Amino acid sequence: MGGPWFRRRQVGLGWRPIRWQGWLVTVLAVGLAASALTLLHGSSVRVPIVILIVAVYAAVALTTGGARRVEVAAPEDQPTDDEAEIGVGGVEQRLALRALSSGRVSTSSPDEPALVVEHLTKRFGERVAVDDVSFGVAAGEVFGFLGPNGAGKTTTVRMLATLIAPTSGTARVAGLLLNPANGVDIRKRIAVMTENPGLYLRLTVAENLEFFAGLYELAQPKARIGQALAAVNLADRANDLCGSLSKGLRQRVALARALLSDPAILFLDEPTSGLDPIASREVHELIDGLRERGVTVFLTTHRLEEAERLCDRVAILNTSLRTVGRPDELRDRLFTKSLVVRTLAPLASPDAVFAVAGVDGWRADDTASYVLTVSDARVAAPAVTRALVADGADVLSLAEAQHSLEDVYLELIDNEAGAES
Amino acid sequence: MSLKRVASVVRKEVREFRRNRFVIGTMAVLPFIFLITPMITIFKIPASASGPQVKAAVGVISLLMLIIPIAIPPVIAAYSVVGERDQGTLEPVLTAPVRASELLLGKAVAAFLPSVAIAYAIYLVVLISVRFGAAHVVSSVVFHPPELLAQILFTPLLALWSIWVGIGISTRASDVRVAQQLATVASLPLLGFTSLISFQIIKPSVPIAIAVALALLAADIAAWRVDSRLFDRERLVTGHRRTDASPRDEGAARRSI
Repeated sequence: MGGPWFRRRQVGLGWRPIRWQGWLVTVLAVGLAASALTLLHGSSVRVPIVILIVAVYAAVALTTGGARRVEVAAPEDQPTDDEAEIGVGGVEQRLALRALSSGRVSTSSPDEPALVVEHLTKRFGERVAVDDVSFGVAAGEVFGFLGPNGAGKTTTVRMLATLIAPTSGTARVAGLLLNPANGVDIRKRIAVMTENPGLYLRLTVAENLEFFAGLYELAQPKARIGQALAAVNLADRANDLCGSLSKGLRQRVALARALLSDPAILFLDEPTSGLDPIASREVHELIDGLRERGVTVFLTTHRLEEAERLCDRVAILNTSLRTVGRPDELRDRLFTKSLVVRTLAPLASPDAVFAVAGVDGWRADDTASYVLTVSDARVAAPAVTRALVADGADVLSLAEAQHSLEDVYLELIDNEAGAES
Repeated sequence: MSLKRVASVVRKEVREFRRNRFVIGTMAVLPFIFLITPMITIFKIPASASGPQVKAAVGVISLLMLIIPIAIPPVIAAYSVVGERDQGTLEPVLTAPVRASELLLGKAVAAFLPSVAIAYAIYLVVLISVRFGAAHVVSSVVFHPPELLAQILFTPLLALWSIWVGIGISTRASDVRVAQQLATVASLPLLGFTSLISFQIIKPSVPIAIAVALALLAADIAAWRVDSRLFDRERLVTGHRRTDASPRDEGAARRSI
């Protein structure tokens, strides 16, 4: 549709013509105004017509004018020694994060939990989306929220972000009671990165962030936009149209938007969805950096390895809360400790070999593989080793069985699905 | 009420219009086309024409001038909320600390600016054309000060009413096309009012013009408040109505608590 005819002044108010079309419109407007004043001399309509000419001129200038490029300030800071060890991209991210969080005003006592959720329930008609969910998240904690599709994760986030109202139950978000009157104040203290980036594709990256900086009424928005973009390694794409960005880059812009207001609690809904491994790692580093800066992160994800790598604690939800705890706690809670023994050939009398201190029972996992249930692996493993050697067994391996968060998740969710079917 | 947040919404909306200039361009084309026949009629009126003949012809032009601010904005206004929801940009905005009343006011102002600019621009073209091309008998009717005042005052106020109707429908509609069609239909009753003025059944005088303008202004402010109350975050995000006493607007909540 052509370039801009007018451009906003760098200094002061108003728009100035920069193309011949702009000059033509300006000359026409001046000519028309002068003609009106001359031809309608003595008429009472002279003034309104001149006002109309000025109004139309202003409208044309506004609608055909090109905005001044959004100047994005670069973060001004020096890395600490620790940060210098992280690498170039990491250093830039950390510096930008440090700059972003340097002006944060503490919204509640550091000892006070960032989130306290009590008996939260949400019904849509007859359907129960979230049922009697209670948990707490400490300030500065990275809290993972896991569950299958339709489990109520997003509904819970939407309730805590004041987008939808709970049917029953209460919550405190960033020190404020979740109620209608606190809606704006809660939203000032939190940020939500929705799964869909929700960017205005006809606007540039910086313009998208500028809009949200205005909604948050940020002081020094340009500097903060620069810091937020540097934190997600997008400083050089500030003036690109969002419509021209890949899905992964849009995701990073959405993350920058969430960081813009330096929130006390950051809700991230699938933040690495659509990102390549390198970009995912950058996001992980970013979350680590946020944790160091005392930002509480509420992470909704399907990537269990991501939750295990990043989260201090996780909650597993399937309409109602199935479990909450540290990943290692959940493993201990759900799975008995066990040793896995592999031998070259099947043991002649495994009952006799495994009748040692610390072994509560055993089962054959394969022809020459045995899973031993133990109460304490550090006591049982040496005794089992000695028994195997005494029996003359050719031992290939003896190791404590490791259960991942995925095992915990599948144990909880799959068993439930199996029971229902 | 934060004017900074309202200004931020306006700036964003205007930027989007500028990046998609067909939106404004197509808004301006139709009124110009509809203007051609009545303008030709006016230019053909001889200097010796009778008063009723002139008033009838000028009445058609006046009616058209008042229809333009009613007919142009509903398309933009009806898109404003449901359109954002459809393109997935509404939810992030609703997570920001912006009140419904601020968001809607920003969107209304953004729709108001091009609509009124186009309406005034067309009116200006008509005035200049009549001044230089039509018979003196026509010019004296068109440039009658109370009529001019009525046009200048009513144009933005009628546009604003039409915008609030469009936005109100947009907050409740489930589909952009339905919202735009409903908003256009909902603006039609105003035609009756504009006809009464255009054909001088209500004869415009300065006091009447000011009184009607004040009444329209009050109606516009009331419509803004009503739209803010109709704005239901839950319904917009999930498609479900609120099931309890949660607020549609924090301002409303504060008043009720």
